[in-house]
Amino acid sequence: MDPAFIVIQSLSGLASASSLFIIASGLTIVFGVTRIVNFAHGSLYMLGAYLAVTIVPMLLEVDRSLPMFLLGVLLSALIVGVIGAAMEIILLRRIYHVPELFQLLATFGVVLIVQDLVIKLWGAVEIPGPRAPSLRHGVFIFDQRFPAYELFLIGVGLVVLGLLWLLMQKTRFGVLIRAATQDRDMVAALGVNQAWLFTGTLFLGAFLAGLGGALQIPRVAVNTQMDISIITEVFVVTVIGGMGSVPGAFVAALIIGQLQAFGILIFPKITLVLVFLLMAVVLVIKPWGLFGKPDAAAGRAVLPEGLLSLRRFGTVDNVVAGVAIIVMLALPVFGDNYMVKVGIEVLVLALAAFSLHFLIGVGGIVSFGHAAYFGIGAYAAGLLVTRLGFAMEPALILAPVIAGAFAALFGFFIVRLSGIYLAMLTLAFAQIVYAVCFQWVGLTGGDNGVVGVWPSSWAASRQVYFYLALAFTLSAIIALRHAIYAPFGYALRAARDSATRADAIGIDVRRIRWFAFTLSGAAAGLAGGLYSFSKGSIDPTMISIPMSVDLLVMVLLGGIQTVIGPLVGAAAFHSIKDFFMPLTDFWRMFLGASIIVMVLVFPRGIAGAASLLTERFRPAPKPVGTPA
Amino acid sequence: MTLLKVTGLNKRFGGVVAAKDVAFALEAGDILAIIGPNGAGKSTTFNMVSGQLRPDSGEVLLDGQPISGLAPREVWRRGIGRTFQIAQTFVSMSVAENVQMGLISWHDRIVTFGARAETLYRPEALRLLDLVGMRADADRPVRELAYGDVKRVELAIALASAPKLLLMDEPTAGMAPKERAQLMDITATIARQRKIGVLFTEHDMDAVFAHSDRILVLVRGEIIADGKPDEVRANARVKQVYLGEMGVAAAMRARRGRV
Repeated sequence: MDPAFIVIQSLSGLASASSLFIIASGLTIVFGVTRIVNFAHGSLYMLGAYLAVTIVPMLLEVDRSLPMFLLGVLLSALIVGVIGAAMEIILLRRIYHVPELFQLLATFGVVLIVQDLVIKLWGAVEIPGPRAPSLRHGVFIFDQRFPAYELFLIGVGLVVLGLLWLLMQKTRFGVLIRAATQDRDMVAALGVNQAWLFTGTLFLGAFLAGLGGALQIPRVAVNTQMDISIITEVFVVTVIGGMGSVPGAFVAALIIGQLQAFGILIFPKITLVLVFLLMAVVLVIKPWGLFGKPDAAAGRAVLPEGLLSLRRFGTVDNVVAGVAIIVMLALPVFGDNYMVKVGIEVLVLALAAFSLHFLIGVGGIVSFGHAAYFGIGAYAAGLLVTRLGFAMEPALILAPVIAGAFAALFGFFIVRLSGIYLAMLTLAFAQIVYAVCFQWVGLTGGDNGVVGVWPSSWAASRQVYFYLALAFTLSAIIALRHAIYAPFGYALRAARDSATRADAIGIDVRRIRWFAFTLSGAAAGLAGGLYSFSKGSIDPTMISIPMSVDLLVMVLLGGIQTVIGPLVGAAAFHSIKDFFMPLTDFWRMFLGASIIVMVLVFPRGIAGAASLLTERFRPAPKPVGTPA
Repeated sequence: MTLLKVTGLNKRFGGVVAAKDVAFALEAGDILAIIGPNGAGKSTTFNMVSGQLRPDSGEVLLDGQPISGLAPREVWRRGIGRTFQIAQTFVSMSVAENVQMGLISWHDRIVTFGARAETLYRPEALRLLDLVGMRADADRPVRELAYGDVKRVELAIALASAPKLLLMDEPTAGMAPKERAQLMDITATIARQRKIGVLFTEHDMDAVFAHSDRILVLVRGEIIADGKPDEVRANARVKQVYLGEMGVAAAMRARRGRV
């Protein structure tokens, strides 16, 4: 290969590495101090870009010069910093002590709110930004033209690295950040004003996100998908570097930048896959990233989030379950076509949510990418029917098999990790699947998906398909529920409660988690297969992050501590969504706000609250203290 | 045959020698305590026997079979049960279910879907709970118990696999003095009745001298004494090591008295 070309290519890799580093350093600093993985970091980045395309042109009107451009960029970043500080004061400081899953979801709620706000304020169309004055020309390196602005970006990355180093080493604030990253309980015990430290950290993190966003405006047209696309990349950078480590983020950004710059030459379609594969490999070899350290809290005995006690169905429960089944059986007879359609969707989502709860509530495996297996099932069924001419029946049987196979493959790596790293890896694998389905247009139809996924003629009527879906979902749910009460489910719960103890009584913790992951993936795949036939089509939204989040919300809404909670949650969530979504342009804002409210005031969900009520009105058998 | 035979065990962490040519043996039904100052290598030795750590060199034989380097769950399968310095139980389960898990695993029924775990091996679990005096609390959630009782439950879990050897890492750490004596009494009784060898580390000298048949004194990774409690008590080298410790302890007490 031409050496000049290699130099240019690696320089452009450096430029994107530089942007990535600026953004990722903010996320990693915030995580180090607060232990919260801030999903909304991508939204802050997007806000930085939108503010910059608004402010910078105004300033350039006054004086068309580079200092004015930079002033605009800095102003945008400062405003984002203030927004970040406000976010800490309003939301984050209320969720420092809730489980990781809730934190991730709450910050994702912010993502949803910001998305609708941005559309409301700036509209859904892309906005091209102004070029930077004095940096519009090209520089010739080995006779190849290279944009001056890209060189400037490389410089900014190095300046930010230097300034961060100075801040961390030479200022009291920096020392406190480093101390809190190592042991925040100790910092608190030493009498440091936590509130000030945390708000300040969020300001710094958000400022860096905003700066990263504002600096992009000459390179890319600002758009409403910037938040999700950057956050997955930044997650990868911080996870590979080690969460909380600024040097780690720098090294990881350099690696990712080069990987993208050269990967695009070799595998133009799957650079994203390469990036996620790198992350998977790094995590398997170094489970805490290149520069990360195991969390000091690991191994401490805390009550796990999820199922705490299993009780058999009482009379009341049997009556409720019986009535629910009768209502479902009667729905196609008495309901109109629309109700039957919604009914099928509720059944399918109930199975998907139940399979997710099997992982989270029983196994303590917090999957943030469960839509992957739902989507693989849907795509498997859809592609078998439309591309290979399969009938519905074998396609419905193969959908869970194929989804289970992928769950086994991904799960093999996933179950080696725990906590936030595990959640990140599930997200990464889900994004790989999403990227493949999105980019492999020839097979999957890309963004448009594939239409014509119809059931066999005998099941073509909605009513018959409803009964078919009911039979499949109900048997799968009963089978999974049975597994929860069987030794397998107990062993899975044992491994969650104390992996050390489980290991010391001969339970192969990894194997049992792997098995559970596969089983759960297969069940989600069955749900996906059923879904694709009910829709008659497949498309990438079935695998997207919002789908994973919807499933998580169903589980939480229903209540994570009860076995049937996710079923209630799926029914409630889908009915609400179906009712409200056509009525409002702000569904995402509504959903985001609801998630936050749920995390803050309703952490045990509907079924959890119901069982709390029944406990209150039932005479206590004997005074043995209440569960915490 | 000797139940546990350890020969020439070595382990270094960087420049620190945590175990140097450690060798000892344990007969069935005997109770052997490992004592020594902090950082003497007690836990290291212990973890090399139970499989948590792989020795740099040396051999651990259980009933004549080498077990060094095996994973903890394989070591368990060969007949070693253990308890932890900070009790490890399944906090979402009841007392009986905790013990049942041990039994289910011992009978190789973990990957079973056809039964309800709640009812499996319950009578056996209740018998084990009876043994440690926790039968009356069988259906309480284990997370509601006082710490001393949790330790007893942990002992019952460890006994579920009918072990030949019981490893107990600081069994009385974090317990009230009265509870300590009870737990050690129960352990000693069960060990003698069932011919189980017990290897334990301990900081509480009362527990050590009252309940062990033999004591091993480790200092900086090396065994400096190995004998009956009386012999160890009389050993000059041991006195020297522990006098230093006592001196520090006394100084601490005196200082606290003044404040």
